[in-house]
Amino acid sequence: MSVISPAVAPGHEEAAQATPSLARRTVQVFTRNKLALAGVVVLVLLLLFCYVGPLVHPTDQVHTDLSQASLAPGAPGHLLGTTDLGYDLVGRLMVAGQSSLEVGLAAGVLATLFGTVWGAVSGYFGGWVDAVMMRVTDAALAIPAMFLLVVVSAIITPSKTILILIIAAVAWLSPARLVRGEALSLRDREYVQAMRMMGGGGARAVFRHIVPNAIGTVIVNATFQVADAILYVSYLAFLGLSIPPPATDWGSMLSSGITYTQNGYWWMIFPAGIAIVLVVGAFNFIGDGLRDAFEVRLQKK
Amino acid sequence: MTGFLVKRLLQALVVLFLVTIIVFLLLHALPGGPARAILGPKGTPQQIAHFNEVQGYNNPLPVQYWDYLVRLFHGNLGESYKLNESVSSLLGQRLPKTLILTVLATIVAVAVAVPLGLLQAVRRGKPADYLLTAGAFLAYATPVFFLGLILIIVFSQAIPIFPAEAPQGTSIGSIFSGFSGMILPIATMALGIIAMFSRYMRSATLDNLTEEYVRTAMAKGQSSRRILAKHVLRNALIPLVTLLGLYLPTLFSGALVVESMFNYPGMGLLFWNAAQGSDFPVLLGVTLVVGVATVVGSLVTDIVYAVLDPRIRSVS
Repeated sequence: MSVISPAVAPGHEEAAQATPSLARRTVQVFTRNKLALAGVVVLVLLLLFCYVGPLVHPTDQVHTDLSQASLAPGAPGHLLGTTDLGYDLVGRLMVAGQSSLEVGLAAGVLATLFGTVWGAVSGYFGGWVDAVMMRVTDAALAIPAMFLLVVVSAIITPSKTILILIIAAVAWLSPARLVRGEALSLRDREYVQAMRMMGGGGARAVFRHIVPNAIGTVIVNATFQVADAILYVSYLAFLGLSIPPPATDWGSMLSSGITYTQNGYWWMIFPAGIAIVLVVGAFNFIGDGLRDAFEVRLQKK
Repeated sequence: MTGFLVKRLLQALVVLFLVTIIVFLLLHALPGGPARAILGPKGTPQQIAHFNEVQGYNNPLPVQYWDYLVRLFHGNLGESYKLNESVSSLLGQRLPKTLILTVLATIVAVAVAVPLGLLQAVRRGKPADYLLTAGAFLAYATPVFFLGLILIIVFSQAIPIFPAEAPQGTSIGSIFSGFSGMILPIATMALGIIAMFSRYMRSATLDNLTEEYVRTAMAKGQSSRRILAKHVLRNALIPLVTLLGLYLPTLFSGALVVESMFNYPGMGLLFWNAAQGSDFPVLLGVTLVVGVATVVGSLVTDIVYAVLDPRIRSVS
């Protein structure tokens, strides 16, 4: 950064425009990716729908009302009809979306944090530490996530918090592997070696040098993690292992709607299903856009 | 090559060992321990104490783990609480069915995804590429059971050509005699895999198209069709073998969902029913078998990969 303040250097602004800053380049590449932008727009709309929606369209999502059960869309006061238990479907979608998004985000972030530290430590220390830590991830990866999730949720009845914890417990493996790869190459860089010569310890190396330098990979992966976590929530719901009613999530709505396939109650199936596809698709597009944006940073380096 | 094999084999053994530890620990994470799980909520304290004594659950954990390993080596995975049958005999009936479903779906998926990916790479930036990319992303973002549901609604209800339930017979032959019931389960499972593999084929083909050998072949005057078939396709297919190994856990998870959806009597459905009825020996037995299958599967794909591509051997 220049020590001359912009006020006394009239030509400075032009120069800055000629070679835009890294951050600005990153944002530029991201915003040029139309799919990624569409992902952001969809996500913002879904967030508004789930969190601001209930203020605009308040509904009772706790007490069932069987006299109003299974009404078709367009019934008075129920734009998308009602569920088999008489909940207003639009209101139900909002409440369900809150659970799906909260569990997905929290599990994705938690998995990324833990996986990042695990991978950074494993890659940085190398040798037998790395061998042991990576075999543990291999073993955990060998058991398909769905099977572990089902066993654990058969042991403990899931609440939102438990759902977050168990999904994070199977999802941390892929960020751990990715970051470990980055750490392996970063630990031999001169600045890391210089720091060690000056007496810096392992913890400092991991948290001040390895993790910050792998941040691009980490953020991109976190986006995909959130998408996967939302899918896991829906799969668990389909297998009958989700948060107990009256709480719900999009997956639970979809899977309870499956029962009514034969009756032609499409409104109990498609809105929730489409919501899942939209939110998972949005996170995937954002992740792709971020990856391209961070690749620009790497090229600059 | 021998060095690579030995190293890879040892690694797989260590991982297998760790898989058994994870499953063993899951068994002990049961609330009230295995005794409570087996005797149910009505078990008296005396019964529980007796059970623990007989089954060796009073021994120190390492001793119990050793006993568990010894039982495993005798092929003893325990007895189902609900089905009055040993877990290994249940698996013997169910595992082949899951394998048939998974293998058929994978064959269909590869047969569709490879040409699709090639087409996208050759037509990159054209409408066909965008359309297929959008389709792949959409299929990837859709939960498998929602895909299956859409297929059932379209091909079983709106246009009733395929049954919505898989063939129910116990024998392997029944699968093939009632094959129309297999179409929707296979299609559901294949769609998800196609989405992943066609993306991979697209980028692998694009990478290979910029390689020097393609330029050389073009300079020699070979037709682009021949270059694609003889050079690009071959080189892009090799890593697909690894990808298959990498996606084994995903395939098993997919089978779990698809079998529960179409009531297909394979290992996934067995597992799902066990989860509904807290049948822990079955749950843990299946988990172990799936884990072992994944480790062995990825070992085999790594070896096949090394045989196919000599460059890998020297790097490792």
